[in-house]
Amino acid sequence: MNDKTARRPKAKHQRLALVVLAIVALVAAAVIATWALRNQASYFYVPSQIVKDPPAPGRAVRLGGMVEKGSIVTENDGVTINFVVGDGDARVPVRYSGIVPDLFIEDSGVVAEGRMQANGTFLADKLLAKHDENYVPRELQAMTAAQKKAAVAETTQ
Amino acid sequence: MHGFANPTRFLSIARPLTPWLLGLGLVLAGGALAWGILAAPAERLQGETVRILFIHVPTAWLGMAGWTAVAGASVAELVWRHPLAAIAGRAAALPGAVFTALCLATGSLWGRPAWGTWWEWDGRLTSMLVLLFLYFGYMALAGAAARDGAPSRIPAIFGIVGVINVPVIHYSVLWWSSIHQPPSITTGGSAMAPAFLWPLLVATLGFSLLFAAVVLMRMRALLAEAQLEARLRRRAREG
Repeated sequence: MNDKTARRPKAKHQRLALVVLAIVALVAAAVIATWALRNQASYFYVPSQIVKDPPAPGRAVRLGGMVEKGSIVTENDGVTINFVVGDGDARVPVRYSGIVPDLFIEDSGVVAEGRMQANGTFLADKLLAKHDENYVPRELQAMTAAQKKAAVAETTQ
Repeated sequence: MHGFANPTRFLSIARPLTPWLLGLGLVLAGGALAWGILAAPAERLQGETVRILFIHVPTAWLGMAGWTAVAGASVAELVWRHPLAAIAGRAAALPGAVFTALCLATGSLWGRPAWGTWWEWDGRLTSMLVLLFLYFGYMALAGAAARDGAPSRIPAIFGIVGVINVPVIHYSVLWWSSIHQPPSITTGGSAMAPAFLWPLLVATLGFSLLFAAVVLMRMRALLAEAQLEARLRRRAREG
């Protein structure tokens, strides 16, 4: 009886150590797997990756980045647009025909599905807008930074 | 901790606590949703669809918190063999799955106007879908263990293994280029205007209280079921 009560906490500690060990091994495995996947699992290439190591022309890829300010040009047919996607390091010209999503504007994120062409232009079949983490009320967007600060201070007090 | 493992002790705390959690949760979640729909402003780019945020973010948080609770209960089951641990895990799994499904549905509704697509096989979206399937697997295992008297160690091991998906969901938007935006609220501050942030925080608190109330109610129901079954079995043996 005495032997049993002395052993019971030990078994509990053994189980605890086993569970902790299993969790550590799992976390390590997951970190290694995601590390190995970090490029393949990305939903899109950024412009500097596509410029440095361009995929074969004609291979379907996704290109993601910021639409450069003032770069959207609509052609005479009214549905074909040309614009430039950049990430601060590299710029890629993109050509697309079709209806664009609501959040597709200059100076904002975009994901283009399509293929690189031999002349360095990305021909997109589909455009997706990418929202950023900033949430700004419509009324605040035209204000200057100082006005914004004042309005925010007003609502939080 | 061992005090709470006693079912009688648990019931004496859970019974009076449940109506408070339920009432406060309904008031806060309902109020925050009304605030978000009626009073919060339209967003600069998303317009009116930003209001989906006030239900999407709390459901996402509770989907992930639900599995964290399942994993915590699983550790307690494996290490301490608490009589309530397996019941707590089963009780948290169903609302966790419901909130995960709601998160996927609301995210899809938002994604169509905002991104231009209902669904993309993106890191964040895919890992959230995997979480929903993990819940289904856990519920099937835990239900079978409870019904057929198989050891509840098996769902507990599954609950611990599945917890690895929770940080993957959280970091998916940071590790990989993703169509989903990175978190707006971090320990460094908020990239969200206060007009959106406050109703969101209240909604998150309200839904969390509702979640806790549902878990307590389900634990009581599962406990009563187990006791009834034990009583019937005993009677059949003696009978």
